Amino acid sequence: MALKIVKGSIDRMFDKNLQDLVRGIRNHKEDEAKYISTCIDEIKQELKQDNIAVKSNAVCKLTYLQMLGYDVSWAAFNIVEVMSSSKFTYKRIGYLAASQCFHESTDVIMLTTNQIRKDLSSPNQYDTGVALTGLSCFVTPDLARDLANDIMTLMSHTKPYIRKKAVLIMYKVFLKYPESLRPAFPRMKEKLEDPDPGVQSAAVNVICELARRNPKNYLSLAPLFFKLMTSSTNNWVLIKIIKLFGALTPLEPRLGKKLIEPLTNLIHSTSAMSLLYECVNTVIAVLISLSSGMPNHSASIQLCVQKLRILIEDSDQNLKYLGLLAMSKILKTHPKSVQSHKDLILQCLDDKDESIRLRALDLLYGMVSKKNLMEIVKKLMLHVDKAEGTTYRDELLTKIIDICSQSNYQYITNFEWYISILVELTRLEGTRHGHLIASQMLDVAIRVKAIRAFAVAQMATLLDNAHLLTGNTQHSGICEVLYAAAWICGEFSEHLEDPMATLEAMLRPKVATLPGHIQAVYVQNAAKLFSTVLCGQEGAPADSKVAQETSQLLIDRLPVFVQSDNLEVQERASCILQLVKYIQKLQQKDVEVAEEVTALFAGELNPVAPKAQKKVPVPEGLDLDAWINEPPSGSESEDEGRKTKGKAVFAKEESRHTKPRYTEVDEKELAKRREVRKAEQANNPFYIKASPSSQKVYQEAVGVEHIPVVQIDLSVPLKVPGMPMSDQYVKLEEERREKNKTDRKKKDKKKRREKGRQRRGDSGPESEEDITPAHMVDIVTEEMPENALPSDDDDKDPNDPHKALNIDLDKPLADSEKKLPVRTHRPDEVLKSPIEDAEGLEVTSEPKKKSRKEKKDKESKKDKEKKKKKHKQEEGEDLMEAGSEEPVQSKVTNDVAAQPPASTPEASDLDFWLSNAPVPSDPQEAAAVTDAPPASTPDAASGVAAVVPDSEPEETKSSKHKKKKQKREKDKKKKHHHHHHHSDGAREESVQNGTVEDEEPLPPMSNYALLAENSYIKMMKQDADEVCDIQGNLHDGSQVVVSVIFENKCDSFIKSMEFNVMDSLNSKLQRPEGAGPHDSLTVPFHLPPGISNEARFIFSVQSIVMPQKLKGTLTFIVKTEDSSTHEKLDFKLHFTCTSYLITTPCYSDAYAKLLESGDLKGSSLKLEGINQPFHHLLARICFHHHFSVVERIDSCASMYSRSIQGHHVCLLVKTADQTVSIDAKCDEPGLLRNVLDEIKLTFSQC
Amino acid sequence: MIKAILIFNNHGKPRLSKFYEHYSEDTEQQIIRETFHLVSKRDENVCNFLEGGMLIGGSENKLIYRHYATLYFVFCVDSSESELGILDLIQVFVETLDKCFENVCELDLIFHVDKVHNILAEMVMGGMVLETNMNEIITQVDAQNKMEKSEFFPFFSLYRHLSFSLPGRTGRHSPQEFGWYCRCTCSCCICRKEHEPSRNAQKHQHRRHQHKSAKLTLLQIAA
Repeated sequence: MALKIVKGSIDRMFDKNLQDLVRGIRNHKEDEAKYISTCIDEIKQELKQDNIAVKSNAVCKLTYLQMLGYDVSWAAFNIVEVMSSSKFTYKRIGYLAASQCFHESTDVIMLTTNQIRKDLSSPNQYDTGVALTGLSCFVTPDLARDLANDIMTLMSHTKPYIRKKAVLIMYKVFLKYPESLRPAFPRMKEKLEDPDPGVQSAAVNVICELARRNPKNYLSLAPLFFKLMTSSTNNWVLIKIIKLFGALTPLEPRLGKKLIEPLTNLIHSTSAMSLLYECVNTVIAVLISLSSGMPNHSASIQLCVQKLRILIEDSDQNLKYLGLLAMSKILKTHPKSVQSHKDLILQCLDDKDESIRLRALDLLYGMVSKKNLMEIVKKLMLHVDKAEGTTYRDELLTKIIDICSQSNYQYITNFEWYISILVELTRLEGTRHGHLIASQMLDVAIRVKAIRAFAVAQMATLLDNAHLLTGNTQHSGICEVLYAAAWICGEFSEHLEDPMATLEAMLRPKVATLPGHIQAVYVQNAAKLFSTVLCGQEGAPADSKVAQETSQLLIDRLPVFVQSDNLEVQERASCILQLVKYIQKLQQKDVEVAEEVTALFAGELNPVAPKAQKKVPVPEGLDLDAWINEPPSGSESEDEGRKTKGKAVFAKEESRHTKPRYTEVDEKELAKRREVRKAEQANNPFYIKASPSSQKVYQEAVGVEHIPVVQIDLSVPLKVPGMPMSDQYVKLEEERREKNKTDRKKKDKKKRREKGRQRRGDSGPESEEDITPAHMVDIVTEEMPENALPSDDDDKDPNDPHKALNIDLDKPLADSEKKLPVRTHRPDEVLKSPIEDAEGLEVTSEPKKKSRKEKKDKESKKDKEKKKKKHKQEEGEDLMEAGSEEPVQSKVTNDVAAQPPASTPEASDLDFWLSNAPVPSDPQEAAAVTDAPPASTPDAASGVAAVVPDSEPEETKSSKHKKKKQKREKDKKKKHHHHHHHSDGAREESVQNGTVEDEEPLPPMSNYALLAENSYIKMMKQDADEVCDIQGNLHDGSQVVVSVIFENKCDSFIKSMEFNVMDSLNSKLQRPEGAGPHDSLTVPFHLPPGISNEARFIFSVQSIVMPQKLKGTLTFIVKTEDSSTHEKLDFKLHFTCTSYLITTPCYSDAYAKLLESGDLKGSSLKLEGINQPFHHLLARICFHHHFSVVERIDSCASMYSRSIQGHHVCLLVKTADQTVSIDAKCDEPGLLRNVLDEIKLTFSQC
Repeated sequence: MIKAILIFNNHGKPRLSKFYEHYSEDTEQQIIRETFHLVSKRDENVCNFLEGGMLIGGSENKLIYRHYATLYFVFCVDSSESELGILDLIQVFVETLDKCFENVCELDLIFHVDKVHNILAEMVMGGMVLETNMNEIITQVDAQNKMEKSEFFPFFSLYRHLSFSLPGRTGRHSPQEFGWYCRCTCSCCICRKEHEPSRNAQKHQHRRHQHKSAKLTLLQIAA
């Protein structure tokens, strides 16, 4: 035996090992490939031997060769052999090779399952470790499914070394096998508090990675992470957690508020720059998420900006880079605070490091103002000239254009200057961005009418000097500019000084060398120019000869294009050639043709917003998914193919069809609408009145003749080809401003003299408004379809593998889920048909029901009496708890019992944890937390998330009165009590936090309303408006989801709960198919004593204009040890109009557009004697009525919300001396009236 | 997530490549070339971050690299990683290599790629950071090396002569000097709390600005 081993190892002496291989390769530098191929032959021989040592040596060499780029997949089976060696040395070599070259399509992987399983359960921790490491690189869905259980067991291994590896690899398992996430998650959560820091860090790592992709499912872990953050000293873990919070805060602003303080502390205390940087980053994220609701964080912003400045000023380039990067995030929401550091950022533009210059460029984008735009762009132009390296230069170019064109050319005061900048940019050689410049030229020329004359002149020059641009670099992108130039000259040819010359320039033979699409434009626009020329010439009498010469020019030159190999060019050229020939014929007969030729190109082109097409709403009654013709029934597979194909075709066609629809609206109708809109705008408080001129233009836009041609200051030389001119504008601009200033001062002085003392001091730095544009320029806004949706959402990538991991983790595990499924097939949704369920229960409960009936009757009578008595006694208390009976109604439909019961204790924990922090809660975020948007009816704000075990049987019916304050206090107590049980730590944290806050805390608000309660059971309506799919609802009626928490208050088991609601005309409980309209729905769970659970019921609502009230009954069986009784509980469901509103964020520009549209009817409301702070007031409206704040300025705020049927509701809330006035607008007056009433009610109660 | 870890020398020769997503061998080589191209043209005193090449995810990913004498250590990471944290991790990686190989030089990496892989496996697993504590990493690596030795115990000495010996604490006893890389004192304090300060941290602070010109005997041989 020993001899054999010796023999084996002596054999090995003659094999090359890895070192020999490397040495050999290094010695054969000139014929490396040949040498390696001989080595591979040797390796193949070695692999054929039985000796595992030889094999593993060969595999080790292969791993090296793989790194050099050689495909070694042919040895996959040998790798598996080496992996399965019992010796750790070989095993490690095998796993390393596998991790380097195995992937999902390696077929031998399926042979490894058992080997890996064996290694995972090996007594040697390093065998296990090596297997885990290898597996992490090549895990496939099959491996993940088969090994998930084993790995889960390893998560509780005694050795931390194994635990941390097992925890980490779970992430890969989740990705490949999403079904494992829910069962494994509780254990993963435990590992967050593992005693070993390595394991803890691994768990944090995994959860952060998961949460980054689907943050809202992990919000409930926030308290735990918060605790970790305040207790951990491991910077690596801290960084991860802080990054995670950065991802969570956008979903839950209350969280952000809570974070600011500990983060600020960390910023002050840490010495690790990496940690400091991440803290700053997250604080920024928090500020961004709060910016809509809460200003007043200037201190935090200042701190961030200050720290970032320190980073940027540091000599370390890395810090400088990161500082700039973070700065650009602040810029988006708080541009003012960044602008003060302009000096620093301009300085960074001169940095030798390109990455830093690029970051600084990003920042510049947000720092420009009307005042400094020219100066900044001038500086950038200098850089453009200096820049070597085309990438950086191209980047500069795009940035210049971005900066100038941002927010609709907001900062450009002089468009002549901008055009000259664009023209100057065309002198850049070899840039890829010709099309960008071209599109800017087109955009400006089309939208800024006043500049057209100037633009056309410049473009004519460009065309004239086209040879400079094209040069020898045919494929350089810059010739794209000619596309724009030709088009502009053609389209606006009436502004040309010498159209003939331009026409001549456009027909030069050299044009034929340009790319096809440009030639096509040339040809087309030559025709336009031709018509202009004709006009001019025929105007002058007896010039028919000249006119004929022009035609001859075209006839001479066009044939070149007719021969073009580009179809488009060919077609256009031959068309136009024939046209011109015909015209010439007419001319020879002395017929006046100019007018008719001009008519060919009459009409104005209006700019259309890029997203306009997407925003065209689908007209009512049009179902895009419906078949136009029923498909013929064929084989299924064929059908499938046709379906997808058909859809694609249809979608395309649809978009083509819709376009003309809007242009076809007839003129009268348009004029009428415009009148109405104008009238509305006139007395609309929301409407931000544009300068009168812009309105004028809008009116005149119909007639092309009325283009306001602006007097151009001709002191500016127009044609200096190849010479920069923009500088002159800068100078001119300065002079002009100077003049303006002095003028103003003079005026001021005059005024002062007249009025004596004037408040305004000597104007220090010029303010934005002081800068008047050089020309009054109207920028035509882009057209949008009517009723365009204000949302701006873009679809996410449907192929994202992380989509599958979007799994609700707060739901309790069903029994079937507790264990990882070990099935070979993917498990189907564990859905039971509600009908089946109901039937099953029916059968079992039937006999009991009958036998118990009499008894029950008696009992219930007794009960009632009891109730009455008690009711009187405990009225005070009961009232506090009872839900209110505000006139609320809603349509509710039936339970989809299939909805897995979602328990909310976790979510409500989080709510509590968060609500302790005094923050105005944004309902939208809260929605994400509780999985159903909180829609507490204003009067029913009692937030009893959990119930104190009560020895006395409480009996209540919903009552109509409530004393909110008391109720709230009680709720608070209860919550505290409850929370104590649940997570002590978190509570301490939050309480602490709450007390430290200096700002006045908001009263807690909650979204649970007590529905009904008796000695056995308690029902709480959590909410009345989760809408499953807003999009869908916009089209086909509306759905409202009601979450009801059932809590068992007695000591016996409650089962067979059936939920029923009397449908009204307007609202119906959605029942499973086949069920009658009065059938009740089975609640899909039983309640052991003291347990609560949540069920959701879906209601369909037709009209949402009116509040609704629905009566309902819950029947259930109370089972004690020896008997069971049938019980019943009545309740009323209220749906306020508010509950039909969905918090929808709205950008202020979309908001303005919406108000402008004039489709909204107004109404207003005045509330007296409100003495709560304004932000409380807003928070209250946001929370109770599902609005979001669009903009807030001092004591005035605009708010927005949308109903489930797509009605827009806009509020303008103003406050002054305890009086709050709310001006509201909505396209549905009835809805608006009711919402306002409800708002009034909310405030009358506080 | 870390997408890839690449080590190549000043000429772009790969010394280690570890991809945590699958690419074909050809693509892998292209990525290495592209990355080398991006990284090598940068000056010494510019920042250590840049946007990833087109092949490996474009601007979604960042390349974070450090240049040590003849070697580039490049980590390609996505947005969930902290930039400065990864810089520190590279530092830890190199320090660990230095301890395991005793004054590591490029030659060590050339001839012992497998060992480097084994060390890396204790730090990063499947694209996620497993361990940042250098002592812990070294303990585990040593323990595994010892295990390998024990498997061949009867012939251990023989194997050593057959150049099968494992890099370990035996052998060379040169003073622990690793003057060839910078201990970034300002931006990288991540490991401070966990690890005791390195033996000559003080020295390194002073050496920080000279490291690039410092003589690098071992690595120069390799080049």
